[in-house]
Amino acid sequence: MSGKMKHTGIAAEFNPARRKFLGAIAGVASVTLAPGVILYGITRSGDARARKPGTAASPDVRWGLLIDVNHCDSGCDKCVSACVEENGLQGHGRPATDPQWIRKVKIHDPDTGLSQSLPVMCQHCAEPPCVDVCPTGASFKRADGIVLVDRHRCIGCRYCMMACPYKARSFVHEEIEDQKTYAPRGKGTVEACTLCIHRVDSDRLPACVEACNDAGGGAMLFGDLKDPNSEIARRVARYASQQIRGDLGLDPGVRYRNLST
Amino acid sequence: MSLRRIFIVLVAVFMAWVVPGEAQTVPEKKIGNNSVLLPAIPRGQGDHCVADADFMRRNHMTMLMHQRDETVRQGIRGKPFSLKECVACHAVEGPDAMPVTVASPQHFCRACHDYAAVSIDCFQCHASRPDVVTDAGGQGGVVRGAARE
Repeated sequence: MSGKMKHTGIAAEFNPARRKFLGAIAGVASVTLAPGVILYGITRSGDARARKPGTAASPDVRWGLLIDVNHCDSGCDKCVSACVEENGLQGHGRPATDPQWIRKVKIHDPDTGLSQSLPVMCQHCAEPPCVDVCPTGASFKRADGIVLVDRHRCIGCRYCMMACPYKARSFVHEEIEDQKTYAPRGKGTVEACTLCIHRVDSDRLPACVEACNDAGGGAMLFGDLKDPNSEIARRVARYASQQIRGDLGLDPGVRYRNLST
Repeated sequence: MSLRRIFIVLVAVFMAWVVPGEAQTVPEKKIGNNSVLLPAIPRGQGDHCVADADFMRRNHMTMLMHQRDETVRQGIRGKPFSLKECVACHAVEGPDAMPVTVASPQHFCRACHDYAAVSIDCFQCHASRPDVVTDAGGQGGVVRGAARE
């Protein structure tokens, strides 16, 4: 972090410290929470592969995302709305407490005038701090690298929300009706991006990635980081990319390209 | 014919009629009687459940519990004891021709659980009816079984 940079606007109504932290993550001056992105991009769709029914997720796979920030438009929030629609996250008009699995973050460097916009969701860390702190074993990392909450065990203590440096998790404060059959969620439990696990398990792309592709080329690439022949593995091998707050050593599965830090 | 003879004949006729009759007319066995209320369990769709009704009545909770951990934590999908499939196959149509939620006493799970006074919290998180999709013409419909996802 450059000492001459300063935080300017923080649009979030709650917990500015966390937002500030995200500013630090990106290594730029200002952080603004902004719903909105248009993602123009070059990436192709991902490499989701269906497992046979009855087989467990394999540790030979690690699902990840590569997000090209240059192709993410600050005015577009198609990934966010696709997530809300897919997982039935309709809120109550109370941004401080409504669940949020993916959000658009805007960063601005006053020295250069560069503004960037990027989606931030659960980063699906290889060493997830949410799993470390969970007292009941509800937070866990599936064999294929997807970090999840087992709501059957979650007691709603929210330690994981405090431990997560990305502010990726939400708590469900209110009773929910008419959930999606594939995305159970209920009051008193913590939840976060599942990488659309129901889609991934049936050979489909996460809803945000699909929406981004549909919006015009796609800034988001989904695939198996452990498969050297997958598009995402080839790209991370060929081009520089970074993990947000990579210095924490959590090894997130979500990587960003062209992020100005 | 003396009275005695008439009496003997009548007794013989009576015995011939009643005694074999007693052997044949065993009273019909009834399960419960009219003073006992039984749960009104709606029939599921299709020919049969994933296991016998007797087995399901006694063990569905164990099977669901076992499979849910496999599915959530290991990602094993496609096995038979899926709550989603229970809800899809046992959906009960309400007056609006759409499946009822667990808020209705007609809901399959509730019909029995109300009777047995066993409260379940599955539906605090899980959908209690199949996904409802709306096609381009605005017609609502229900996605069931293998057609879903």
